[in-house]
Amino acid sequence: MAELHVELVAADRKVWSGAATIVVARTASGDTGIMPGHTPVLSVLESGPVTIRTTDGNVVVAAVHGGFISFADNKLSLLAEIAELADEIDVTRAERALELAQGESDAHAERRAEVRLVAAGRRKAA
Amino acid sequence: MGAQLRVYKRRIRSVTATKKITKAMEMISASRIVKAQRAVAASTPYADELTRAVTAVATRSNAKHPLTTENPAASRAAVLLITADRGLAGGYSTNAIKQATALTERLQAEGKDVVTYIVGRKGVSYYNFRHREVAAAWTGFSDKPTYGDAKTVAGELIEAFTAENGGVDELHLVSTKFESMLTQTAVEARLLPLKLDEVQLSDEKQAKAEIFPLYDFEPSAEGVLDALLPRYVESRIYNALLQSAASEHAARRRAMKSATDNAEELIKALTRLANSARQAEITQEISEIIGGANALADANAGSE
Repeated sequence: MAELHVELVAADRKVWSGAATIVVARTASGDTGIMPGHTPVLSVLESGPVTIRTTDGNVVVAAVHGGFISFADNKLSLLAEIAELADEIDVTRAERALELAQGESDAHAERRAEVRLVAAGRRKAA
Repeated sequence: MGAQLRVYKRRIRSVTATKKITKAMEMISASRIVKAQRAVAASTPYADELTRAVTAVATRSNAKHPLTTENPAASRAAVLLITADRGLAGGYSTNAIKQATALTERLQAEGKDVVTYIVGRKGVSYYNFRHREVAAAWTGFSDKPTYGDAKTVAGELIEAFTAENGGVDELHLVSTKFESMLTQTAVEARLLPLKLDEVQLSDEKQAKAEIFPLYDFEPSAEGVLDALLPRYVESRIYNALLQSAASEHAARRRAMKSATDNAEELIKALTRLANSARQAEITQEISEIIGGANALADANAGSE
């Protein structure tokens, strides 16, 4: 089966890299799925969960805040200022942050906390 | 114990205590250099991918952006100076400050007003002491900068650069490059307006030498550039902060190592002096005893 190479990189570390069959990320114009052989694309990411379906059938979910994807030669680079894998997310802290953000009506912080919770599987995607 | 000997002993004790402190600082710095170097290495994949993407947009489209547009009548230049928060790092902060001063003079000679931004307490106190104006300063993270710190700094600078009135036309960065454990050099670079032709990857290869595929830009080339360029500036500042942090630790380790060596030498010299003082004391005591015994013998011989 065709596969593409994925690098998920945050500003201060490499978060995940490996082979995948499809990657779904939220770009400026909506959710975009990228499969092997996609036309070269460079687009801006919104805050949102990124789903990577690996070649061995596993699903890797990460919360990504601010960044972009570039795809060329079957190589996909996901760059984000902050990126966390689902199992790295501290759910209680995100929930607390969400409450705090709602209380202070800080839309950015609220969105960040929401994305974390969605990626951790604690909430339905909004 | 004689007075002289007591003075030497006291000085040896105090130097030994100082040596313990400098030795501890040396070892702490040594372990932090490794961590700082690792942070630099961990940030390169992001920086390189970002550089590639920026170059790709620049080569594949003719998009213009305020951050890349040169102002022919540049009249105000900003200088961002990165120094340490704490001292005892040899010439680390001084070298960066000297570099910044030279740059400032050069820019002023070109007829530009210079606005200074500073990271690190040492630079701030240097400028404050000389009553030089500082537009903004950030302190408290010079030895362990995070991406958030770089974002804060970059945010303010980009704002100053894009401001309609009273903004700056150029942005220069003075930081310290970590070349090796022994060599760190203060370097300057012009950050804004960006010259996309000169963009380099971390291994100093020209990013433009690569051939880029025909990308689809989403939402548009301008939109992508709009999102990418501020990130690129942030990443450059982040990298400079990390390099400077590694340099600071390396400089401090070296300064503390020579302080420890000097203390060792001083202890050796003082021990020699203390030994000869003790010897002199003993010799004096012996000659006093002999003198006393002789005098007694003479006196006894006289009375018989």
